[in-house]
Amino acid sequence: MAEEAPKPEKLAQVDYRPPGRDWRDPAVELRKGTFCYSAAPKHLEYLGLPNPRPWQPSDADWKLPADWKQIILAGMKDRLERFRSFRLFMDICVRCGACADKCHFYIGSGDPKNMPVLRAELMRSVYRRYFTAAGRLLGPLAGGRELTEDVVKEWFYYFYQCTECRRCSVFCPFGIDTAEVTMMGRELLTLVGCNINWILEPVANSYRTGNHLGIQPHALKDSLDFAVGELEEMTGIRVEAPIGKKGAEILYVIPSAETFGTPHYYTLLGSLLLFHAIGLDYTFSAYASEGGNFGLFTSHEMMKRLNAKIYAEARRLGVKWILGGECGHMWRVVHQYMDTMNGPADFLEEPVSPVTGTRFEHARSTKMVHICEFTADLIRNGKLRLDPSRNDHWSATFHDSCNPARSMGLIEEPRFILRSVMNRFHEMPENTIKERTFCCGSGSGLGTDENFEMRMRGGLPRANAVRHVRDRFGVNLVACVCAIDKATLPPLLEYWVPGVSVAGVHELVGNALVVEGEKERTTDLRGEPTGAGARAAETPAHE
Amino acid sequence: MNVLGSLAVASLLAGLGFVGGQVAGLRPVFGTLIPYAAFVTFLLGVSYRILVWMRSPVPFRIPTTCGQQKSLPWIKSSRLENPSSTLGVIGRMALEIGLFRSLFRDTRVELREGPRLAYGEARLLWLGALLFHWSLLFVVLRHLRFFLEPVPAVVNVLASVDSFFQVGAPGLYVTDVVLTGALGYLLLRRLVNPQVRYISLFADYFALFLLLGIAVSGILMRYVVRIDTVAAKQLALGLVTFSPVLPEKVGPLFFVHLFLLSVLAAYFPFSKLMHMGGVFLSPTRNLANTSRMRRHINPWNSPVKVHTYEEWEDEFRDKIKAAGLPLEKE
Repeated sequence: MAEEAPKPEKLAQVDYRPPGRDWRDPAVELRKGTFCYSAAPKHLEYLGLPNPRPWQPSDADWKLPADWKQIILAGMKDRLERFRSFRLFMDICVRCGACADKCHFYIGSGDPKNMPVLRAELMRSVYRRYFTAAGRLLGPLAGGRELTEDVVKEWFYYFYQCTECRRCSVFCPFGIDTAEVTMMGRELLTLVGCNINWILEPVANSYRTGNHLGIQPHALKDSLDFAVGELEEMTGIRVEAPIGKKGAEILYVIPSAETFGTPHYYTLLGSLLLFHAIGLDYTFSAYASEGGNFGLFTSHEMMKRLNAKIYAEARRLGVKWILGGECGHMWRVVHQYMDTMNGPADFLEEPVSPVTGTRFEHARSTKMVHICEFTADLIRNGKLRLDPSRNDHWSATFHDSCNPARSMGLIEEPRFILRSVMNRFHEMPENTIKERTFCCGSGSGLGTDENFEMRMRGGLPRANAVRHVRDRFGVNLVACVCAIDKATLPPLLEYWVPGVSVAGVHELVGNALVVEGEKERTTDLRGEPTGAGARAAETPAHE
Repeated sequence: MNVLGSLAVASLLAGLGFVGGQVAGLRPVFGTLIPYAAFVTFLLGVSYRILVWMRSPVPFRIPTTCGQQKSLPWIKSSRLENPSSTLGVIGRMALEIGLFRSLFRDTRVELREGPRLAYGEARLLWLGALLFHWSLLFVVLRHLRFFLEPVPAVVNVLASVDSFFQVGAPGLYVTDVVLTGALGYLLLRRLVNPQVRYISLFADYFALFLLLGIAVSGILMRYVVRIDTVAAKQLALGLVTFSPVLPEKVGPLFFVHLFLLSVLAAYFPFSKLMHMGGVFLSPTRNLANTSRMRRHINPWNSPVKVHTYEEWEDEFRDKIKAAGLPLEKE
């Protein structure tokens, strides 16, 4: 796929001049490389979603149900009544345009419908036409627009060209959050069966087996056993990786990608080593073997269906509290939705670190702690022996993932950890980090190969900031706390900034961690030689 | 089309007000009836809109966090940008509403050769918007002298502060200049910036033209075509005391001013101008980031079908067993 994509030089020629055509014309050119394929009917059937059928976005006929228009309008009405956010965000935008160049897809594509204000107007124009007095009477004069099949196609194109990263909502004077609008748009599209496969397949897999890839219990056991074996080879230490252990103190929920994907896998190794070093009484679960939740990208109901497994499993196993791994959107769900949807978690205890005794009061209701909060507390209390020089082959920067940054505020914890476990750390420019961080361009279920061009476009601002620190400080590693980042940043960086790798924060913790009884560590958790200069040959010549 | 159309409609309305003030038979309509009707529409409309918003539930706690969360005690949390208490939320909202905090973050991005993205400061929109809103508030408060007798000292102080520079007679109000200038900037920005022009609707221009019409007619009355302010006050007082009078001496320009204001008031509840009320209710701003500390209740929490542990174990029993993992039922 990547071979067919335009060269970076060509993609970087972005024309920001708006076209002559009025934006209210919904016609969309579905260009290869800029949209995702439809969901296979079997997944819709398995999940009980409407209108399963074979179709593709490139088809002329999308085979919508006969009463598609009534379905969508009824769905809109229902959601306007259930979500203040949705109704308010339909009503109060003044179109000041402050959000326009805050969207990574707009910056990378120049397509005006990728300006957050217009993305929302695609929905607002229909809202005004059917749900406001002025729009019903005056139609286009009041900014109303008829709902047609072309509008449905346009919605599909642009609501699956938004990664729900919430960057625009930071800059909006009214806090209008395009993610809310996109989420409603996707829910409405789901009502008429317009889903994408890269989201619904993981959803169906998660629902059935417990995780995105459909890894079954025995395969999960194999993966963890393999990791334990590899870790023993590298460190001389045999750790435990229990699955479904009743009565363990803590249930550890990770994005399943850590058990099979690279570089995610090294993060798993790091956390296994860490838990061994502190003697943590914890367990994985094969039933709740996924922290990630692509239901978030489908509908609130689907999010709830998938998320329910975590509390159910914590209750069944009788743990005291839950620890969550490095995953971005999983933490949006855990932090902002889980307790409300599937709580109260009154069968759990307020989380307390068994090592330091610290009470995680900020998680006293949800009873789930982020691994960076947990580890930062360990380091702060001097419970870990760390040798930062073991990470000297890396010069790192930290990419704030959208959800932990803008839906939680997990900003200093990972930075504190990184500064403790490595010597060379450099921030990217202020406009591109923390609450203003740029999305990887592939979040919210858009990280699929057929969408490669749009991903590279959307990831341009992030990659460009990485390039800045690569050229300036010789940065050769982007650390992050998100499984989607770990999957999609490597191709993005290879495209725009070759020579920069991607790692989880706990991979670097694992590298630096001095564990009692370990043999002399000659390699990092990737099995590669450590020490300054070890990666020098890979650092590209600066332009 | 949007620009000219809205300009035409606004001009037509101004003309209508002018005619209404000239024709004796229409004066009661434009001087009494329409202002009352507009005011009632405004009150009922705005209340209704806000009521609808208030009645729609906030199912989830979804603040946009713009700073460090409150987690570990030794990590300094950002109390205003990521509030964890009601006081913090009040502070955040005060900054948002009083100083347009979020708009202050505005930047402009430029794609240069390389490719290299450069981020520049862009505070002009923030400044223009802030000046417009604050001067409008001052102007509205100053106008209280037409509606209250005796004039409260506060209003007089406001007026004397406003005419601080003591230019000309009557003294030039700074807010008159700033208000018109800021409106002019906001209009010009819509016309000149290609992206903003592309997204602008009829309603966007219409609101600006209406406001400009009101401001300009007011300024003309004060500084150019001087009107009898005593007569104007009689009329205004008559309206608020429900004993309307129509003094002969108020000129047609006054009727333009009054009619455009009436149109604005009546149009307000149906327009984007409702952001004035909506900004207080935005769930990404007015909620504390306490999602994990306190359970937020969703009144309609949808019941959903889940894949239970028992179903899951039944489906994978053999594999779980073969892998030597624990089972609930052997």
